[in-house]
This record gives sequence, structure tokens and C-alpha cells, in this order.
Amino acid sequence: MARFLLRRLLLTVPVLLGVATLVFSLIHLIPGDPAQVMLGDAAAPEDVAALRQRLGLDHPLYVQYASFLGGLVRGDLGTSLRTEQPVVSAIAERMPATFELALASMAIALLVAIPLGIVAAVNAGTSADHAVTTVALLGISMPNVWLGPLLAIVFSIGLGWFPVSGRGTAAHLVLPAITLGAPLAALLARITRASVIEELRELYVLAARARGVSRSRSILTHAFRNSLIPIVTVLGLQFGSLLTGAVITETIFAWPGVGRLLIQSINFRDYPLVQGCILLIAISYVTMNLLVDVLYGFLDPRIRYE
Amino acid sequence: MDFSTRESGTSDRRVLKIGLLIIVVALMGAVVGPALVPFDPSAQDLALRLARPTWHHPFGLDELGRDILARVVAGARVSFLVGLTVVTVSATVGTVLGAIAGYFGGTVDDVISRITDTLLAFPGLLLAIALVAVLGPSLVNVLAALTIIGWVGYARLVRGQVLRAREFDYVQAARALGASRRRILWRHLIPTALPAVVVQATLGMAGAIIGEAALSFLGLGVQPPTPSWGTMLSGGRAHVLDAPHLTLFPGLAIAVLVLGFNFVGDGLRDLTDPKKRS
Repeated sequence: MARFLLRRLLLTVPVLLGVATLVFSLIHLIPGDPAQVMLGDAAAPEDVAALRQRLGLDHPLYVQYASFLGGLVRGDLGTSLRTEQPVVSAIAERMPATFELALASMAIALLVAIPLGIVAAVNAGTSADHAVTTVALLGISMPNVWLGPLLAIVFSIGLGWFPVSGRGTAAHLVLPAITLGAPLAALLARITRASVIEELRELYVLAARARGVSRSRSILTHAFRNSLIPIVTVLGLQFGSLLTGAVITETIFAWPGVGRLLIQSINFRDYPLVQGCILLIAISYVTMNLLVDVLYGFLDPRIRYE
Repeated sequence: MDFSTRESGTSDRRVLKIGLLIIVVALMGAVVGPALVPFDPSAQDLALRLARPTWHHPFGLDELGRDILARVVAGARVSFLVGLTVVTVSATVGTVLGAIAGYFGGTVDDVISRITDTLLAFPGLLLAIALVAVLGPSLVNVLAALTIIGWVGYARLVRGQVLRAREFDYVQAARALGASRRRILWRHLIPTALPAVVVQATLGMAGAIIGEAALSFLGLGVQPPTPSWGTMLSGGRAHVLDAPHLTLFPGLAIAVLVLGFNFVGDGLRDLTDPKKRS
């Protein structure tokens, strides 16, 4: 197991280096002089020169790259151009809100998807199954740029049940979490259905029934338990997608998380903060993939010996 | 007791047909629609701004008094343009690079695989958002950004398919008969991967349409006054209270077209999946 862990960790290093390199390159993809673009056309030349010096843009590229990587290792991603706050602390302030939203949407997705997936699998081919698979495909097709405003129109403005924006109480969390969790719920329902159908075909389920195990018990404690591996995997991998989905959802509901911070920084051309947000979301995603792989190795020993 | 394992659901051919019907109707709407709708999508009538749907304007008017039906129809052109361009370029580049990586292996495979690993480390649209943020918001940059994140999936898929297919008997036979590497790649290996690429491309259309809508919604995509479903939704945000129809119709258009592509993609996947076919 230690070898498996070490190999998996080593494989992550080049990916993280690639991510850092790409994020570093972003500022150099800006057409024209990045410092001029950040300050706008009306900026005085001395201000532009000062910013260029502050960001290290007047140094050779390899010096800038080494300094970026060095800063990254020390946890120093520079300061925000607009607020002068260190990028790391600006992101750290917003992180809890994004994780709260991501976890709530995951919880909602699981609560909806698993029962629906099991019902569809047990009744495969019937109208109940058709209904679940069609609703799941509708959920996957529903863009959150539409679902969010639609939920706000019905449940905030129409019925007045939930606040339309902001963060604070549990009620604030409901609509953003549904918006972000709906596509995940749809995907998980499909995975649960397919996975449980596979397991129900296995002989051990039939053997359990032959031993007198009840139908519901054979489904829940035998078939479903064994179908958990693909569900856990998808759930872990989708956590990263939730972080990206959060960019849109947080913008819709004015949720004060990292996603909204990213869009605000883009609008203010606060590129150090843009780089920080992108880097942080990508690193969270890579870390989550790593954790899922390791978890997978624990759950299914065959993976470790491959 | 019967644990039925019949699988139908979305694998039903009916679903495939419904999906195709949706796509054909939307495509016709995009091509001939602007000629049929009697309003210019950019023409403003400020006296009627935010007017609700009527017989004369079935989808109502937007914040600048423009006909929403005309703009939804014009927006379909942008969505198809983005979907078709992104999918065609991504699928071609991804298929060629994936096939080269899978067939030649070694350093070439290592280089291509490390690039795909790095790009896949950015979840979903994040890299597209980052690219458009630095390149500037425009339709061309949206196309570039969605293509840069799009080809990776095809490359991964085709590499896997080619790795598997190069051990097949008919490929070994072609090699034994003296067929060149290029011939084996183009005549035998890439065609084997094509059914899977077609399925991915169909689902990729849905992804590209949602991607464009999301970027435009965030203000990073197509810029006003060009009508795009994402910018229309963005404009509707300020009026969810007083004019929800600004949000309703463009969103419905995205959802229905994406559903159409997902129906077709799912249907094609089931048709090309030997396990389900049997």
C-alpha cells in the first residue's frame, strides 16, 4: 500500500507543476503589455512602469517563473492589485463559503440520487425506470445559468420561501445548493442505476435470496453496498466540477465564495487574484482526484497491485 | 422474485429520434428562422421595454425593447456556430493526437499524455474562464478557449481505443502484409475509434453550447449587442423580479437543444455498445 501511495503521489507532482506553469503563463497571454492592460489605457506611464516592476514583469521570463514557483512553495501568491490584500488571505476568507456550498450541494445530490437510482435499477425497464432516467437526463441538460434564475423566480419571488441572494442562514443556502447539486444528482442517479443493475445480475445476490435473505435486504446490504465504489469515485471526481460550477452559481446568487471572487477579479483586471483563484481551484481538484484514487485503492485491493 | 435487468430507458430508439427531431428543428430555426420572424433582433423599441409576451411578440420584449423571439432565433446561430466549430476542431485535433500517442507510444505518447494530464487538472470550464479572462471577451476567444479544453477528451478516448485496437488480429495481419504505419493508422486504427468519437462529439455539442452560454452569462463570451442565449440570460438577471420572461425563453432554448444532443449522444452510445446491442 505504501508503494501504491508513493507512486500515486509522485505521479501528481508533474501535473501540479504543469498546472502552476499554465497559471504562470496566463499573465503572459494577455495581448499587449499586461501592466498597461491591468491599469487601463488612461493610466500614466510611470504608474504602468511601477506596476511592471512590482509584478516583476521587467525581469527575464525564467526569473519570473522561478520567483512564481518559489512564492507558490512559500504560500505567497502576491497581493491583490485592488485591495492590496495578500492573494492567499483573500482566497482563504472566501474558501469556507465555497466549501459550504459544495458540500451542501453534494448532500442534496446524494439524498436525491441514491434512492432514485436504486428504484430505477430495481424496476429496470418499467415506467418508474423511464421516469427516473428521463428526469436524470433533463437534470444533466439543464444549464445552471438557467436553473438558478428559474429557482429564484419561483421560490424567492413567487413563493417567498427563500432569500434570492447572499449568505448567512440555512435558508440562503437552499437555492444555490440545489442549483449546483442538480446536475450532480442527475449524474449520480444514472451511475447508481447502472451500478446497481450490474450488481443485481451477480450470483451472490441470487445466492442471498436463496438463503432466505429478504428482497429489500438483498438490494440494500448486498447489491447497493457493492455498487458504492463507482458512486464514491464519481462523487469525488465531481467535487472539482462543483468548484467550477460554483463560479456560475455564486455569481447568480451573490454567494461570497471563491467563484464570485474570481469573476470580480476578472472584471477588475486584478490578475494576481485571478491567478490565485484559478490555481487554488485546480489544486483542490487535483488533490481530490488523488484522494479518490487512494480511497479507491483502499476499497478495491486489486487496484493497488496493478 | 424477479430482478429485471432489462435496460431500456434512454437507450430507447424513440429517445434518439426525439433528440434528432429537436436538433433538426433547432437547426432549421437557426438557418431560416431569422427570415421568418418579422422583427430585427437588434431593433429597439424603448417604449415597449420589458413588455410581456403577446400574440404580436410571443416571447415578449427585453430590457431595450427588442423582440425576444427574434433574439432567441438569432442566438441559435451563435450556439450552432460555437458547437460545430468547437466540436469539429477539437475532435479532429484530439483524434489525430490521441491516435499518434496510442500507436507510436514512447516519448511522443509521454509528451501528449503529460499535456492532456495538465489540461485535465483544470475542472470543467475553469481553464476556459481563465483563458477568456486574459485574452479578452469575444466570440473568437470563446471558440479558442472551448477548443483548447475540448480536444483533450477526444485524445484520451482515441489513445485508449488505439492501444486496444493495435493488438487486434486484422491490424497485426496488415502489419505482417507490410502495410505502412501511416496506412495502419488511417485505414485501420482511427476508423475503429470513430464510433466512440461520434458519441463523444454529440455530447460535446451539448457541452460546447452550455460552455458558451456560461461564459457569455459571466460576461466573458459573446458581447452585446450580438444575441447569444448566455448574454440574454445575463441581461435577464437584473429583471427576474419584474420581467421573468427575459430569463425563461433563452434558458428554455438552451435546455431543449442540449437535451436533444444528450438524447442523441445517449442513443448512439447504446447503439454502438456491443453489450447493450446483444
